[in-house]
Amino acid sequence: MTEADTAPRRRFTLPPDLAQTGYRLIAAALICVALSALSDVFFTVNNLMNILRQTALLFLLASGLTLVILTAGLDLSVGANVALSACLAATVIKATGHAPLGFAAGLACGALIGVVNGILVALLRIPSFIATYGMLWILSGITYYYMAGETIHGFPPGFRQLGIGYLFGVPMPVYVMVLFLLLGTWFAQRTIWGQQIYALGANPVAAHLSGVPIKRRLVLVYTVSGAMAGLASLVILARINSAQGDIGEELTLPAIAAVLIGGTSLFGGFGTVAGTLIGALILTLVLNGMNLLQINASWQPLVTGVIVVLAVWIDTRTRKWSE
Amino acid sequence: MSVLDQATQRPARLLARVPGVAAVLAALILAFGLASPNFISFGNIANILSQSTILLLVALPATLIILTEGLDLSVGAVVTFAGIVLASVALATGSMLAGLFAGLAVGLAFGLLNGALIASLGIPPFIATLGTLGVAQGLSLVVTDGQSIVGIPRSIELLYSTTVFNIPLPVIISALAYALVHVLLYHTRFGTYIFALGGNREALRVAGVSERRYLIAVYALGGLMAGFAALLMTARMNAAHPTAAIGMEFDAIAAVAVGGTSFERGNGWLFGTLLGVLAVGVLRNGLNLLAVPSSVQVACIGGLVIAAMLIDALRSRS
Repeated sequence: MTEADTAPRRRFTLPPDLAQTGYRLIAAALICVALSALSDVFFTVNNLMNILRQTALLFLLASGLTLVILTAGLDLSVGANVALSACLAATVIKATGHAPLGFAAGLACGALIGVVNGILVALLRIPSFIATYGMLWILSGITYYYMAGETIHGFPPGFRQLGIGYLFGVPMPVYVMVLFLLLGTWFAQRTIWGQQIYALGANPVAAHLSGVPIKRRLVLVYTVSGAMAGLASLVILARINSAQGDIGEELTLPAIAAVLIGGTSLFGGFGTVAGTLIGALILTLVLNGMNLLQINASWQPLVTGVIVVLAVWIDTRTRKWSE
Repeated sequence: MSVLDQATQRPARLLARVPGVAAVLAALILAFGLASPNFISFGNIANILSQSTILLLVALPATLIILTEGLDLSVGAVVTFAGIVLASVALATGSMLAGLFAGLAVGLAFGLLNGALIASLGIPPFIATLGTLGVAQGLSLVVTDGQSIVGIPRSIELLYSTTVFNIPLPVIISALAYALVHVLLYHTRFGTYIFALGGNREALRVAGVSERRYLIAVYALGGLMAGFAALLMTARMNAAHPTAAIGMEFDAIAAVAVGGTSFERGNGWLFGTLLGVLAVGVLRNGLNLLAVPSSVQVACIGGLVIAAMLIDALRSRS
């Protein structure tokens, strides 16, 4: 095919990732319209701010996971990571009275778990979903044993601002979300390391032959995912003001769902951090809508599961068509 | 490599694999035998065997699924939901048989759903079954509203407590299941295709075999066996609970991994899974006798899986 053949067609098609982002924004808008029609409470400042705050929490967890999935891997341990990091941070804050110290402990705990995941996957070549699945149970076992059914609650007001504070009428976690959206997008699109992560996800052999240090980049993405789980645990802690053994248990599936709804491919090499933000927003809108319509909360794992399967199915279909 | 070389190498390779899981099992038995005086007694051994039967029913098809380079994360939630349906139907109709068929139907339906999502729609197994896990768990909570279902006809208890020649009935049931799956895997064309689905799918496709049909059949078998596991579990507890078998998939995966079946290349064996199930059963029972909290037991099994995967990774490298 000559260039003349392809040139006119290009003019009328959007770049695929831009088109995909467009579809997702339209979907989010449609859900908003539907919910405004169905519920009086939906379009109130209170509820919208609530949705933004929930989206921010989910996004923090899912943004690190996005990098892992870009490498065609998976991190099933993020929810259990949140639980252990939150409980550790809570203990340190209570013991020392210093919020920054607890903050550092939570982040370090999350990152350390990520490093171990990275070593298991990259250096020892255990399939990522098995390694992180084993890690999930190890972490939740440690957390439950450590907490022994206790609850740690009541943190300094300064620390709690991270979760419940407002700045210019917008919840604090939203600022954190925007910060990490910019940071993540810059890292993935504008740095060599970010581009290497895309390359190794799309074609590990080619990436290896082009000199990408695959093992080090893999350890990096799992570490980032772990650290983001640590950060998310701190925001959650600041918001709910108490730490329990089961704190992050129900977050893994929604986090994976947010990444996949956001258009990141499970097969690696395709997707963006910004897409994950839209994915987190769509999922939050759906779950918030179910709450407003007073649908039993027991339906939530079911709906999330169906959405995950649908999102991956759409992904595999579009890949088949584009081939 | 000539056929003769292969034939002489095969027993050697099998032997090289036996000590791994057998040594784990022997070490566990020795350690708990020394640590707890009650561990090695007829009553406790019968207890371990009875407790392992439910896990074996789930781990047998899990071995076949993992041989096809697949995974079923939904099995714990499916066993739970099948148990709930079984109990509800038995309670509503007063007929144990109707309950049994309803439970089996639920298991089979989820197995077919998993198979269709994976084989027909091309969704990666761990995501498809993570999704159906959410569905089955959600349905369990919705149907029961978080409550236990009690008051099932007492005849179901007999299923678990009856003994034949001093052997508990569940042990006989799972021994039969093991024999059936063994014949299926090693003496039928279906079994050969299972190995090929994981080891060399391309060859299967070139040979004109419908890989989709056999893949769906493997997951359907897994669902059906989950239905039987639900029956034994409901009989043991004489009740159904919405979180009864949550996490059972993890024990099953642990048993298969410890048993020496690899998650890649269709490489594994069924007898290893039997030893793996016993290893997990001994570990749980021993830790129970030592009054170790269940949270630590879970962490121990997580460690066991990663250790088994490490051995697998190191072995394939050398």
